[in-house]
Amino acid sequence: MKRFARLFAALDATTRTSEKTSALADYFRDAPEEDRLWTIALLSGRRPKRAVTATELAQWAAEAADLPYWLFEETYPVVGDLAETIALILPPPDQAQAQGLSEHLTTLVRLTGRPAEERKQAILSAWAGMEQDERFLFNKLITGGFRMGVSQGLMTRALAQATGLPETELAHRLMGDWTPARTSYAALILSNEGTGAGAQPYPFALASPLEADPAALGPPADWFAEWKWDGIRGQLVNRRGAFALWSRGEDLVTDRFPEFAPLADFLPEGTVIDGEVLAWRGETPLPFAALQTRIGRKTVPKKVLAEAPARLLAYDLLEADGRDLRAAPFAERRARLEEIVAALPAGLPLGLSPEVSFMDWSTLAETRQGARDAVAEGLMLKRRSSAYFTGRKRGDWWKWKLDPFTVDAVMLYAQAGHGRRASLFTDFTFAVRDGDQLVPFAKAYSGLTDEEFAEITRWVRQNTLERFGPVRRVTPELVFELAFEGIQASTRHKSGIALRFPRMLRWRRDKPVTEIDTLDGLKTLLATTSGHVHPSNTGA
Amino acid sequence: MTRQPLLTFTDRGIFCPEGGFYIDPWRPVDRALITHGHSDHARPGHRSYLSTEAAAPVIRHRLGPIQLETVAYGAPQQIGAVTVSFHPAGHVPGSAQIRVERGGEVWVVSGDYKTEVDGLSEPFEPVRCNTFISECTFGLPVFRWAPQAEVMARINRWWAANAAEGRVSILGAYALGKAQRLMLGIDQTIGPLLTHGAVEETTAILRAQGYPLPATTRVTAGIDAKSHPGALVIAPPGAEATPWANRFGAFASAFASGWMQIRGIRRRRGASTGFVVSDHADWPGLNAAIRETGASRVYVTHGYTQVFRRWLAEQGYDAGIVATEYEGEGIETAAEGMIEEPGP
Repeated sequence: MKRFARLFAALDATTRTSEKTSALADYFRDAPEEDRLWTIALLSGRRPKRAVTATELAQWAAEAADLPYWLFEETYPVVGDLAETIALILPPPDQAQAQGLSEHLTTLVRLTGRPAEERKQAILSAWAGMEQDERFLFNKLITGGFRMGVSQGLMTRALAQATGLPETELAHRLMGDWTPARTSYAALILSNEGTGAGAQPYPFALASPLEADPAALGPPADWFAEWKWDGIRGQLVNRRGAFALWSRGEDLVTDRFPEFAPLADFLPEGTVIDGEVLAWRGETPLPFAALQTRIGRKTVPKKVLAEAPARLLAYDLLEADGRDLRAAPFAERRARLEEIVAALPAGLPLGLSPEVSFMDWSTLAETRQGARDAVAEGLMLKRRSSAYFTGRKRGDWWKWKLDPFTVDAVMLYAQAGHGRRASLFTDFTFAVRDGDQLVPFAKAYSGLTDEEFAEITRWVRQNTLERFGPVRRVTPELVFELAFEGIQASTRHKSGIALRFPRMLRWRRDKPVTEIDTLDGLKTLLATTSGHVHPSNTGA
Repeated sequence: MTRQPLLTFTDRGIFCPEGGFYIDPWRPVDRALITHGHSDHARPGHRSYLSTEAAAPVIRHRLGPIQLETVAYGAPQQIGAVTVSFHPAGHVPGSAQIRVERGGEVWVVSGDYKTEVDGLSEPFEPVRCNTFISECTFGLPVFRWAPQAEVMARINRWWAANAAEGRVSILGAYALGKAQRLMLGIDQTIGPLLTHGAVEETTAILRAQGYPLPATTRVTAGIDAKSHPGALVIAPPGAEATPWANRFGAFASAFASGWMQIRGIRRRRGASTGFVVSDHADWPGLNAAIRETGASRVYVTHGYTQVFRRWLAEQGYDAGIVATEYEGEGIETAAEGMIEEPGP
């Protein structure tokens, strides 16, 4: 654990990518192989199942520190991080232990599902043998939300430096459904036998948001446009004996979309397609809300299958006849993709994401305005000559989204944030007017600057009406313009609506609370958007 | 007949009706007793001031021509119907707790204090009392300070590593107390020691009073990374983000504060390093200090007052809160200190 703590300290001490990469590369050279493997797993989001709940950890820590639990609960929001709060309150270690990262993680894996008393003893004894920095990391491994300021791309680069293997090759080896329990560093990284199954996906290519004038992109003929669909990005892998659907988060979601199973019989062997999973009815996609009923379900009841059947709209072809096509130009990949889709019998849940043709940028800009009618979020622009690159690379792929909806609302509740926003009030609940009532309808916690959050924090302290644990009810006075991507009916919220991706666009210091938007306005928007009519913004 | 309390809490600050004076008031009053020279305690506009001899020079420097009387630590003074004395608080040089007695009943106002001996400030002295008014800036159990020697060693390692890379180190610290504590505690053999003007002013005053401070060089025109390679520059927090710092090229920066205990607050400062050095008592320090007063009644102020009051009540104290103006939880001070240039 000490070596891992040292790595963490080195990563934490710098914001320079080159220094982070070299610290990580050093670690991949000299840490024990089991620890390297676990570190790769952690940095690529492969966390062990949670062996202990956050509440259990908090209670055991308070007990070990001889503090009342209420005091722990009051302290936590100030620190803004559970793992850190625990590390800071525990009494000093009584005996030093030299267990490594992999030993601790193996213990955690073993503890999953064991009786509470056994888990408690194991955790207490682990804490007793660790210094504060190690405890913090150990707790982070349990509680999740563990970010070391290292992207998967940076990790891959460090691994490439340490091993001398090409980055793209390593990125591919790290994809898929492996766990440290089922492979070894040598097998996964050095010989790539780790996954066993042949269903391994490719790293997704990601687009960057287009903020500049598209005319700056050059001749329209160099570009391919299509709708930016509002579903779940997915990669369908069909190889000999292996059929899999991967989400962008590298989750295997094959079983959640059983309607795709027949594709295994019709797609040629050695085909990998990048596309968007959408809920679909007749000829048109359903809004994202319909697909949401499918997310998070391990099994899919018949009713849901009938109400929100899924379809894959294919964007790109990454592999054909078992050959990696990623280096070929997009135009060529797209042509092969069209041939494959055209050869499929009718009635299968796979179609092409249609090309949106355009002659010049201004007509395309007009077309984009109709994105919501097409149940899309905007347009995608891909350079016809572009390779299927790994991760996000600016220049070849752009997402050109519609402007969001906006609404002016008043802050009703404030809560302190986490991590680097610890003890700043950054998480707000907003209300709109409904007659003379204020009805809470959305939460948001991003979009303002640190200075604005600091100013609002001071304001919240002086304008608190009531405290509910970490939540403050404040004088309804501060008005914000919220942006959001969509709206849907909700039975879980008092307001009867739920917003998609709400965030703060601006602090409207110029607007009094009497001029905020109304619940009726939002309901009108709900009615118009679910009817696929082009919406008008609710904002004034 | 019940007499009115020895000290009362008013919208100008803590008031002693029978002595006719206020302690660290925040609005202009006739007679103010001042615990120490930090600007949230020693405010301008009072008709007369009383402080320790040791605190007076800085207070005079900061407030200009004021009517200021001084008193030695421990010397009792009759004011109206009460007896008043000042006792070391260990917070910064010259800082005091103020003891107020009337017919055997004793109240003590702690001001800001710390229990660890920092080698510069007059060490904290527990004063027996019936009622103790205690600050609780760091009144949560996550605030526990490592011994000073350990932190100084960390700062030395950081400075030495920067110097070895040919970089200047800028260490942010409040200009009164923290800055001098650091210059005294670090290893002066590592490299030259420079000060920002705001730090040097206070340092010169304390040095003239006889506090054993090392020689420092004020940063003026012509002093930069070339003239003083590998130097340690002690500056008010935030100075590293101003054009003033450009002369030091690719310097490394750090901030020394109790708030650096919290990773989230550290991270808000971006690339700079955090050292946990506070002139306030930590959680064990607060609890020990309160215990040693023997007080049965404790009022808390400045900091996590609600939480700390509840904790003390559970420990069997008759515990209350003294509200102060503009008071948030203490972290607010930190946020301001980090974002804005601190006061003189």
